[in-house]
Amino acid sequence: MIPAQNPAAAAAPVLRAAPRRRLRNPALRRFCRHRLAVFGACAVTLLTLLCIAAPPLLPYSDTFIDIRARFTPPGGSSAHLLGTDQLGRDMLSRLLMAGRISLAVGFSAMLISMVIGVCVGLVAGYYRGVLGTVLMRFVDAMLCFPSIFLLLAVSAFIEPSVSSIILLIACTSWMEVARIVEGQIRALRERDFTLAAHAIGAGDARIMFRELLPNAVAPIVVAATLNVAHAILAESYISFLGYGIQPPTPSWGNMLDNAQTYLESAPWLAILPGAMIALAVTSFNFIGDGLRDALDPRMEGR
Amino acid sequence: MSTYLLRRLFQALVLLLIVSAVGFSILHLAPGGPLSQFAAGGEMTQADLDRIARDMGLDRPLPVQYAEWLWHMAQGDWGRSYRDQQPVLHIIVAHLGATLELMLTSTLIAMALGSWIGILGAMRRYSLFDSLATIGAMIAVSIPTFWFGLVVIWLFSVTLGWLPAGNRYTVGDGSWLNQLHHLIAPSMVLALVSTAVWSRYMRSSMLDVINQDYIRTARSKGIPERRILFRHTVRNALLPMITIAGLQLPTLLSGALVTETIFTWPGMGRLFLDSINYRDYPVVMGILMFTAVLVLLGSLVADLLYGLADPRIRLA
Amino acid sequence: MFPAPSDEVLSVRNLSIGFRTPGGILPAVQDVSFSVRRGETLALVGESGSGKSITSLGILRLTPPAPFCQVRGEVILRTPDGRAHDLLALPEPEMRSLRGDAMAMVFQEPMTSLNPVHTIGEQIAEAVRFHRGLGKRAALGRAAELLELVGIPNPHRRLSNYPHQLSGGMRQRAMIAMALSCEPSLLIADEPTTALDVTIQAQILELLQELQQKTRMAVIFITHNLGVVAEIADRVMVMYAGRVVEQAPVVPLFKAPRMPYTQGLLRSVPRLDWAGRRGEKLAAIPGNVPDALAPPSGCAFAPRCEHHRPGLCDAAVPPLEASGADHDVRCVRWSELLPEAAA
Repeated sequence: MIPAQNPAAAAAPVLRAAPRRRLRNPALRRFCRHRLAVFGACAVTLLTLLCIAAPPLLPYSDTFIDIRARFTPPGGSSAHLLGTDQLGRDMLSRLLMAGRISLAVGFSAMLISMVIGVCVGLVAGYYRGVLGTVLMRFVDAMLCFPSIFLLLAVSAFIEPSVSSIILLIACTSWMEVARIVEGQIRALRERDFTLAAHAIGAGDARIMFRELLPNAVAPIVVAATLNVAHAILAESYISFLGYGIQPPTPSWGNMLDNAQTYLESAPWLAILPGAMIALAVTSFNFIGDGLRDALDPRMEGR
Repeated sequence: MSTYLLRRLFQALVLLLIVSAVGFSILHLAPGGPLSQFAAGGEMTQADLDRIARDMGLDRPLPVQYAEWLWHMAQGDWGRSYRDQQPVLHIIVAHLGATLELMLTSTLIAMALGSWIGILGAMRRYSLFDSLATIGAMIAVSIPTFWFGLVVIWLFSVTLGWLPAGNRYTVGDGSWLNQLHHLIAPSMVLALVSTAVWSRYMRSSMLDVINQDYIRTARSKGIPERRILFRHTVRNALLPMITIAGLQLPTLLSGALVTETIFTWPGMGRLFLDSINYRDYPVVMGILMFTAVLVLLGSLVADLLYGLADPRIRLA
Repeated sequence: MFPAPSDEVLSVRNLSIGFRTPGGILPAVQDVSFSVRRGETLALVGESGSGKSITSLGILRLTPPAPFCQVRGEVILRTPDGRAHDLLALPEPEMRSLRGDAMAMVFQEPMTSLNPVHTIGEQIAEAVRFHRGLGKRAALGRAAELLELVGIPNPHRRLSNYPHQLSGGMRQRAMIAMALSCEPSLLIADEPTTALDVTIQAQILELLQELQQKTRMAVIFITHNLGVVAEIADRVMVMYAGRVVEQAPVVPLFKAPRMPYTQGLLRSVPRLDWAGRRGEKLAAIPGNVPDALAPPSGCAFAPRCEHHRPGLCDAAVPPLEASGADHDVRCVRWSELLPEAAA
């Protein structure tokens, strides 16, 4: 963030007392003041650590079928803390293993979609003219398809696997990022430092990645966070509909796939995985919101 | 106004062409492509597949196929379903009513409830209500629609027995009361995300208007607060919401697909899923195009309505 | 209650307005007292941030609500029926019935001060409908009369125009028509000509004067333009950093300003009759308005004052002293500086 860009900050001294200097970085300080964002960050960290570290420590593995303990409700047995499913598999163990998959899908899809989105946005914003127009109209066209329809249309015709699902989600969620980056780059392009870089003979690629991109980092970081939330949701949708991660590999989405059948007798089969999705997605959205406030003080309170 | 209309229509037409090209390419370039339905069985040899491809014209270059497909589309020929040989457009239109009914109801709920929450939140900024609405909206957009649907069914159908768990009406009872009874749960589920989004935009739009000079002018005239709120603040804050409503359409359609699946609602979303299950390629393609057109049309209509509602544009 | 001449429309006593900020209470207006009589024009002069607009908003109670903004003091408005209203103590519904009726306001920016989605006619008729209980049609008829009064041609056609269809000068005329719709006893005009072209400015000023002569209303005219003050004001009140620093009838104030700040203001105005004098330059006042949260200890103007004397000027806030008949000044050195001021 360039401080001189910000009219609100310039006007602030009149209305605000000297800030208490506890945290040196103002963005970090604003983020920490955003209680929901701090909650989100803690929840995501905890969830990730649990999913990575905890499964081996549990008494039952996620694939162990305990046929006599089928449909144990949460708290119904000391061995199965969160109960068991229709095959007698331990819910807690499955939830955490599913979390590994869902979080991994979320992060990887985000990374790939950010790479696509940033590149398209950079190129479209930098080379305006025909290339930029064509690229951005392509983005507009992609955004005309409701995301689930697009995801399903393609996923139905491919062999579903974790990597193909990641790729698929990434390929249908890069457009917003491209738009954001394109807008930023177009504005930055006109500024003096770009001209200066041209003047000293820097190449296009160098200007794009070394000069322009670092100045657009703030909105990209916010978009990336929200993108993880979107990817986790997208995975759960297509898995729930049966075209995503295939059993026996558990994901939060496909754990819900059969849950509707047992809604009457075993509602926890539906409630628990959904709650995990809700927790993870809400946390990422909270973080994104906090980051937006922290990196762009003008938007605070909106 | 009419030149604006023409320009907007032209832009929409160009975008529609791109959309169709993108949609066509996605489906034809996806692994398997239209032939996947035959390949899926596993009994066919490569020679058989090649023959079918030739018969269907799939061996020709993609642009040629696209041009031909586009030519048929333009004439209203959207192809025929693999399943029952019915015209695709006919099938889509037959399922459209149920989807529109669901989407319209939930949009009305979302606009009414979302506006109310947004207005109240803006009027009492940073109050307990405002904070709860903010957190609530964040959670509402974060929980998967299908999960919320399951929770609603579990609570209102399974546990309380108040609402039917699915279908558009009870077979043998076609009364509108019965239909309305069936409509409550799915439209509530579909409205959740829209309500949250709508309330956030409404709140921020209200905050923009509240600080405008003309609100101070209205207050200086000594007219009642209620009139200032509705005639001056809400009236103006609703203007940009027209555009937002247009932009909500893709999200709403996605939500409708999931909601229809859970509530066995006989709409376009269910048709889409069924067609995917049957590898009914022409119908999948048709629905994909149809939704894109609907989205484009939605933003076009929103723009035109905005022009009508805002005198600055209407009379410019 | 204090004895007051019967033609006094508004009297303000010890008005103080403070805003609550994260850094403490920001005193925007401090201890301001003045009064305006029927048919009189009082000019409120000062730089932006001096508290002149906040003072006017405080009188109409249009400042932000209580916890964020505190208004103290006494504001008495006399309506033509002879009743005196203690504005700061009135319950909101009664205050509302006075606003737009007995007292009205014209704002600086006619583009943003009119609601873009309602017609001019509707906006003018609104106040009439609520204060006079007229029906929609009758109120629109009254609006057309008012548009004619403020010199807008084709008033009946203009009623159905939207603000963006009018020029800046026309919009300000419509604003004035709106303010005058219920024949107020007091009109507050907050920089009504600042956003307009010079030729239009003159027309609007002329219109205001003409209307004032017709209606005998009291006018508080807020401006930073001393040329405008000389043209229309009967009396002038100069504000600096939230306080009144000088108050006098217009002629003495322009001829013999006593507060160094007023002198500086007058010297920074370009004047035609100075053009011939060689070697004399337009003098800007050095420095800036002080930070309201950390004001100087004594006279707020001291840090920028050429006559500033350490130990004297920054000792305490000087009182507002009577320096002659109807001429108040807030400066500890005003009597010492007299000869120079007269020069």
